[in-house]
Amino acid sequence: MGLAQLDLFDQAMLLFAALVLFTSFVMLAQVRIVPLIHAFAWQGALLAVATALVAFVSKHPHLYLSAGLGFGLKALLIPWILHRLAVRLRIHHESESIKHPVLVLLGGAGLVVFSYYVTLPIVQLSELTTRNTIAVSQAVVLLGMLLMISRNKAVAQVIGFMSIENGLFFAAVVATYGMPMVVELGIAFDVLVAVVLFGVFFFQMRESIDSLDVNRLNRLREVDEALSEAEPRQ
Amino acid sequence: MIGWAMAAVQCLLFVATAPLFAGWIKRVKCRAQNRAAPSLFQPYRDLTKLLRKGVVLAYDASWIFRATPYVVFTTTVLAAAVVPLIALRLPTSAIADVIVLVGFLGLGRFFLALAGMDIGTAFGGMGSSREMMIGALAEPVLLMTVFTLAMSASTTNLSEAVSFTLHGGLVIRPSFLFALVGLMMVAVAETGRIPIDNPATHLELTMVHEAMILEYSGRYLALLEWASMIKLMVYFVLIANIFAPWGIASTTTPTTLALGVLAIALKLMLLGIVLVLWETVMAKMRLFRVPQYLGFAFLLSLLGMLTHVILESGGH
Repeated sequence: MGLAQLDLFDQAMLLFAALVLFTSFVMLAQVRIVPLIHAFAWQGALLAVATALVAFVSKHPHLYLSAGLGFGLKALLIPWILHRLAVRLRIHHESESIKHPVLVLLGGAGLVVFSYYVTLPIVQLSELTTRNTIAVSQAVVLLGMLLMISRNKAVAQVIGFMSIENGLFFAAVVATYGMPMVVELGIAFDVLVAVVLFGVFFFQMRESIDSLDVNRLNRLREVDEALSEAEPRQ
Repeated sequence: MIGWAMAAVQCLLFVATAPLFAGWIKRVKCRAQNRAAPSLFQPYRDLTKLLRKGVVLAYDASWIFRATPYVVFTTTVLAAAVVPLIALRLPTSAIADVIVLVGFLGLGRFFLALAGMDIGTAFGGMGSSREMMIGALAEPVLLMTVFTLAMSASTTNLSEAVSFTLHGGLVIRPSFLFALVGLMMVAVAETGRIPIDNPATHLELTMVHEAMILEYSGRYLALLEWASMIKLMVYFVLIANIFAPWGIASTTTPTTLALGVLAIALKLMLLGIVLVLWETVMAKMRLFRVPQYLGFAFLLSLLGMLTHVILESGGH
């Protein structure tokens, strides 16, 4: 079945799914904190639009509710909390250096191919009009994981984690037209609590190791201090 | 026979109106930056002035230096002949597809880089090495966007591909959106516009294209300038007619042809304004950020191809 046989709303849904995938790549390429948060907010907004379109196409009105919930939570509230945290931690002008930016992006493209290959059997079993986007949702999950792996700063890792959750939510919407409302509300509340906890965690981390670089959590404090006292840095 | 005549007329029109398009961009840019704008026909005056002037050749110039303006001009005109401007299914578009078009432009670039190094001045060599770096990164992007298009239309022939989008009706294709943005980014890089190169600069350390043609004068310079104007128009006609082919003539009756001329003029005027806005908003990049810019363009074209396979082919 080609694209031309689908009606315009199906096509628009596919377009927004592609744009969600694109924002994942934008996050992967973005090294500065505040634009990264903005890209995450855009992903939430595009995801909400895609969900609303799925609701319209499949005539499942309860999906409008999850679209609205997703928009309010992932496009407005969580980015706002993260932005405020970044300002209060005074890291909103910082940028971190990725070691091989182009390699990371090409690795991301490889992950998209991989998720297409993995979901191919599922897609062939399914009869839904949204079946082709299952691969996209899988790719968003894997790209969020890649974002967490490739970054050292805690805030970027949290955004990667939230992006994984976006991918899971999208997978649920396109594969089974959404989860039961209780589950969805529970997950939404979970994510919100997670952000608040991460905020507390950032401050704790800053106080104890004076940095948000998670690599420094691996070092033993006494050994390092003893070392730095024994041979001072050049 | 009438087809060949039409093709010749279209190609002549392409070559003749390229300076007009450059003049339009210059004029809109002056307006956007609150400067007094030159006339629309100023590029023609510049070209005739240069054509009348004598040539000053360096003592060490070899035949490569003297042949390059003709090679560059010819390959660019041939490339322009392949691109459908106002009518589809002309015989010139049947003998060459889009890969040949990229090859023509690559050949011109190759000779221009050789000519830049031929005299042996420092600026020429610097410009050539920069141009080759940009070209090596930009050409894969151009080919990938073209392949994305070719996968949807099942052909690499430009005329067939344009008529595929023209007769397909309104279909939202995510892959075309990515290919469009990728192609626009690469067009800006290939034609030496602002974030990559500044066409108006003569500041030695930032020049790319101007550095290569620094030693040229008289009619040689006129041919090279004209070729770069045609190249700019080739890219923009390509963008306009692939992604918004509406109005292009499928038959060769006078009404449809007139409509085709009107449509392409409107589209080029709009695209010129978009280019000027982009150039006014962006600042020129450091040279070492160009690989990142083109890497992102490559990613876009790659995403275009992936979304075509994943989302548009139905998974069967």
